[in-house]
Amino acid sequence: MKHADNTVRKWDEYMIQDAINIIDSQLAHSAETNRSQSEEDTGIYNKSENVIKIPKFSVNDLNLHYGSFHALKDISINVDKNSITALIGPSGCGKSTFLKTLNRMNDLETGVAIDGSVRLDGTDVYKDMNAIALRQRVGMVFQQPNPFPKSVYDNVAYGPRIRGIKKRSELNEIVERCLTEVGIWSEIKDRLFKSALGLSGGQQQRLCIARTLAVAPEVILMDEPTSALDPISTMKIEDLAMKLKEKYTIVIVTHNMQQANRISDKTAFFLLGEIIEYDTTNNIFLNPKNKKTEEYISGRFG
Amino acid sequence: MQQNNSSKHSSGDMRIGMALAADRVMTGVFYLVAGFFLVLLFAFAGYIIIKGFAGAKLYMFAFAKGGIGNQFFNTVYLVFLALLISVPIGILSGVYMAEYAKPGRVTHFLRIAIETLSSLPSIVVGLFGYLVFIVLTHAQWNLFSGALAVSILSLPLISTTTEDALRSLPESYKKGSLGMGATLRQTIVTVLLPAAAPRIITGVILAAGRGFGEAAALLYTAGMSTDINWTVWNIASPTCALNPFRPGETLSLAIWGARTEALSADSAEIANLSSAVLMIMVLTFSILAHTLEGRIKKKMGDTK
Ligand SMILES: Nc1ncnc2c1ncn2[C@@H]1O[C@H](COP(=O)(O)OP(=O)(O)O)[C@@H](O)[C@H]1O
Ligand SMILES: [Mg+2]
Repeated sequence: MKHADNTVRKWDEYMIQDAINIIDSQLAHSAETNRSQSEEDTGIYNKSENVIKIPKFSVNDLNLHYGSFHALKDISINVDKNSITALIGPSGCGKSTFLKTLNRMNDLETGVAIDGSVRLDGTDVYKDMNAIALRQRVGMVFQQPNPFPKSVYDNVAYGPRIRGIKKRSELNEIVERCLTEVGIWSEIKDRLFKSALGLSGGQQQRLCIARTLAVAPEVILMDEPTSALDPISTMKIEDLAMKLKEKYTIVIVTHNMQQANRISDKTAFFLLGEIIEYDTTNNIFLNPKNKKTEEYISGRFG
Repeated sequence: MQQNNSSKHSSGDMRIGMALAADRVMTGVFYLVAGFFLVLLFAFAGYIIIKGFAGAKLYMFAFAKGGIGNQFFNTVYLVFLALLISVPIGILSGVYMAEYAKPGRVTHFLRIAIETLSSLPSIVVGLFGYLVFIVLTHAQWNLFSGALAVSILSLPLISTTTEDALRSLPESYKKGSLGMGATLRQTIVTVLLPAAAPRIITGVILAAGRGFGEAAALLYTAGMSTDINWTVWNIASPTCALNPFRPGETLSLAIWGARTEALSADSAEIANLSSAVLMIMVLTFSILAHTLEGRIKKKMGDTK
């Protein structure tokens, strides 16, 4: 017991220190990059430090029923390009359900009725897009790392192969690039042809991210990607997410308030199928407008 | 961790002690039962094999009349043909039942059909095979109709093991693959079936085992005679070993024939030797299969 307490305390200190570092560097970083990038992108920039971007996703009046159960209620939200959007809220409030509407993973379940619109770069994903094409653009990382029972190499090469890439040299290049991008190339390059199931949980999760990157998606959805991992692996995934947002748009569900605070640009607070508040992460955590949001982030329920 | 207060301590200890004792007793019982079956298997197999070889003469091993070599070959060849037919169809049907069939009346009916098929008495399958494959086609007894009859018996087995193997895979494999924009067909072929392979192989082996021992279904299909000329390799010739449309008595039929008709003086010894060879075949096959399954499982994912 003593021992466990100790490690928990140590870990807290580590996280706080790290969070401070990250926030510092992020504030400095985002102030510059956001501005120059969006000026190039859209030419729109408003004075009050808030960058107006063309949304990657725009969701309007989305309602979802599981049979007679109303799981998502009038969801309207824009997801910014090249940013991390965090979805927080107590268990069972519809975060995963919402995340799955973004790449139509809900199609796999029976008895789901969806109404309203989800647009990706302006195109309605339910009306004007096919689910297979959508999922190649919007990849997904799950709570439990789920590598296929294949070699590390075959896991990463899986997506490119099903899209018809057969040339070994091309596949080699993709595998190396994606594993490097998620930071495990040097750790596992000697065991590329061994089963992926032999990797540690953290390595497996990063492999799964690499597998997703291999099909060059535009958006990566992550459903509590670190809740099954140890603190160190969690840190690595968080750092990775922050690096990846330069090239991809990330939407992440998390139970961990500190995680949302550390890595996300915007945060949406879900409660009983509704979005109670959606704002910049700073505002949500430092200056929430809704009383329920405040109660939730201060840990008074959930 | 220690939530018991001191007054409950002793009764708690006793409870744990009793649980441990019960655990030891049950472990013992399980060992005993397992040991019993092991002894039974060894005694049974040992008796058959020793008795079979003890009475054997060298000529009985010949691949000619009077020996059982041809029957041995017919057995292997017939099972091979049966698997050639039933493995692809069985796997396809299992995949359909696990991944495509929507719950409903048609699926329910199909499931009943498969279950019924798997419990058909093999003599009924044999008579059905006789009627359809022999009488209606005006053919003579032949290996191919025997293989078809055995296929009918092994199909449901392969289909249900494939279905069960696919259903027991973690949902996350499928989600992972579909989540990357793979189609269901690609997911099945490149992720699910390879992952289910070890169990499917076990099913195929059980089916093959059933084929080795099958007699009743072959009586009126493969026939009770065999005439192979090992110098003829023209597949159309009725005496060519590989011609599937020639009569082909198998080992189990040879046993049955030798014990019921007893046409020659050494019939009893022939039957015993056939049993011994059949026993060895089944054992070897089963051991090989399990090693194979184990190796696939262990190497699952290690690819080159
Ligand atoms: N396939 C389903 N069928 C019926 N109800 C579901 C299904 N999936 C989720 N739900 C219900 O929808 C609600 C939201 O679930 P979920 O989106 O998983 O919540 P969260 O991810 O926020 O914990 C829960 O009450 C859950 O029980
Ligand atoms: Mg969830």
